[in-house]
Amino acid sequence: MDARLGFSTVDSAVHQPHPDPVVRLRDFTRRFGANTIIDGLDLDIAPGEFIALLGRSGSGKTTLLRTLAGLDEVRGQDVEVPTSRAVVFQDARLLPWKPVWKNVTLGLKGDGVRERSEAALKEVGLGHRMDAWPLTLSGGEAQRVALARALVREPSLLLLDEPFAALDALTRYRMHDLVLSLWRTHRPAVLIVTHDVEEAIALADRVLVLDTGRIVAQERITAPRGERASFAARLREKLLSHLGGDDHGDGVVRFAPIAEAAE
Amino acid sequence: MAVLTINNRFGANGGRLASTTPRFSLSRFGGRWLSPLALLLLWEAGSRIGLIPERTLAAPSAVLGTLVEMVMSGELPSNLLVSFARVAAGLLIGVGLGLALGLVAGLSRAGELAVDPLMQIKRTIPALALTPLFIVWFGIGETPKVALIAFGTIFPVYLNLYSGIRGVDLRLLDAAKSFGLSRWEQVWHVVLPSALPSLLVGLRYALSVSILVLVVAEQINASAGLGYLINNARDFMRTDIIVVCLMVYAILGLGADWLVRTIEARALIWRPSIVEL
Repeated sequence: MDARLGFSTVDSAVHQPHPDPVVRLRDFTRRFGANTIIDGLDLDIAPGEFIALLGRSGSGKTTLLRTLAGLDEVRGQDVEVPTSRAVVFQDARLLPWKPVWKNVTLGLKGDGVRERSEAALKEVGLGHRMDAWPLTLSGGEAQRVALARALVREPSLLLLDEPFAALDALTRYRMHDLVLSLWRTHRPAVLIVTHDVEEAIALADRVLVLDTGRIVAQERITAPRGERASFAARLREKLLSHLGGDDHGDGVVRFAPIAEAAE
Repeated sequence: MAVLTINNRFGANGGRLASTTPRFSLSRFGGRWLSPLALLLLWEAGSRIGLIPERTLAAPSAVLGTLVEMVMSGELPSNLLVSFARVAAGLLIGVGLGLALGLVAGLSRAGELAVDPLMQIKRTIPALALTPLFIVWFGIGETPKVALIAFGTIFPVYLNLYSGIRGVDLRLLDAAKSFGLSRWEQVWHVVLPSALPSLLVGLRYALSVSILVLVVAEQINASAGLGYLINNARDFMRTDIIVVCLMVYAILGLGADWLVRTIEARALIWRPSIVEL
C-alpha cells in the first residue's frame, strides 16, 4: 500500500528471498557469556543489493558486521558469506608506515599491484596522493583511500561500518555520491551500518532496523535515489519509531513537569 | 584578574618592541659555544700559571698534543679498535638475544609465560654486579668483557620490543584480518612495524648501556683497549692520556646516538614530525 509512496514494509512471511544470495544467515545467534547479542537472526543479501542497517548502540550491529567480515568465529552456525568481501571502518585504519598506494593493495600479490592501486585511487579522486603518507591525509581523504582499498579487491560484498560518521556534513554528502557511483560501477552487494536515518534513506534499497539482536523492521525503498525527498520525512518517522524514539523526543526524559510539580 | 590583563598587555607590548628592534643576537652567532670555550680558556690559563698542576689535570693544549701524538703513533686507533670490537661483539649478542626473546614473548602466550618472568628477575640484577662472577666463570680475557656488555644490553631491547608488540593497535590488526592477511603477514605488515619505534628506543638505551659497561669491564686486567690506556696512564700519572681517552668515550657515545637517530630518521619517515623536517 505504501509502494506508490516510494517505500514499502517488507513482510518476511511473504517476502521471496533471492534464489542465490551473497549472504545467507539462518537463525544466527551470538552470545558473550550470559549476554545474547544476536538472537536468531535471518538475513539474505542479494547480489548488488544496497542495504542499510540501523540500530542504536548495543543493538548488535557491530557484532553482525564483524561476523559478515569474517572477524569472528562462526563455528556451528548457518552462515554463508562470500570470500571476496571488504570492509571500510569508521576510522580509516590505514597503516601509517605504508604509503597510500601500498595500503590500498595490502595483502594483494602478483604483478601490476601498483597499477591496480593507481586505478583504484584515481576512481576515488586521489591518484595524485599515491605516494603520500597516511598521516598527512585529511579525514575525508583517508576514508576515500579506505574505499579504494576495499574496491581494489572487487568484492562481491562491501561492508561499511559507519564510514562517514566522523566526517563533516559537506564531506559526508560528497562521500554518499562517491559511494553510490562506485556501487553503480562495480555492483557489489553493500551493507552500510549507520545510526543516521537520513543516510540510510538516501543510500539504500532496503533498510533494516536491528534492536536487541533481532531485525524489528524492514523497509524496501523503490523510489530512485534523488527522488526520495517526498516521503523521506514519513519514512524517517517510521524508522525512528522502530528505533525506540521519534521526532517528538518521547524517549527523552522531560524535566518541565517535575518543575511544575515542585511549584 | 584586572592586574593579570594589564600584565598581559605589558608583556605583549614588550614582546612587540623586542621583535621590531634589530638587535645583535648571541644565539645566532654560536652563542651556545661561548661558555664551554670560556671554561677551556680558564683551564688553559690556570695550567699555564701553575694553578692547576699537571698531575691533577693536564692543560687542554697538552691534551691536544697528546691526542695528535697518540693518533700518529697508531696507539689510539689500535686500542680504540679493540674497544670497538668488544662493544660490537657484546651488542651483537645482547641485541640479538633481546630481539629473539622479545619476539618470542611478544608474539606467543606460551613464550610470554616462559620468558617474561625470567627477564623480570634478570632486570633486578644490575649487570655490573655480575662482574666478579663473570671473572670467576670466564677468567680475565675478552670473554667476561663481551659477556657483561651482552648481559647489560639484552633487557632494554627485550622490554621495548615486547611492549611494542603488545601495544599494537588492535583495530589495525582487525583491518588486516578483514582483508584476509595470514597470521605471518599480519605480523610482518602490522605488528612489527608498529613495534619499531619502541624497539628503536630500546636500541638507543642498549647502546648507551654498552658504553657504560665497556668502561667498567675494561678496568678488569685489560692488555689492550681504551680502559687499558687509562689504567696505564693512571700508573704513570699521565692525566693528558686519561683526558684523551675520556674524550674518545664521549665521542663513542655521540656516535652511537647519531647511529640510532639516523636509523630512526630512515625507518620512521612516515611520522609527521619527521616528514615535515
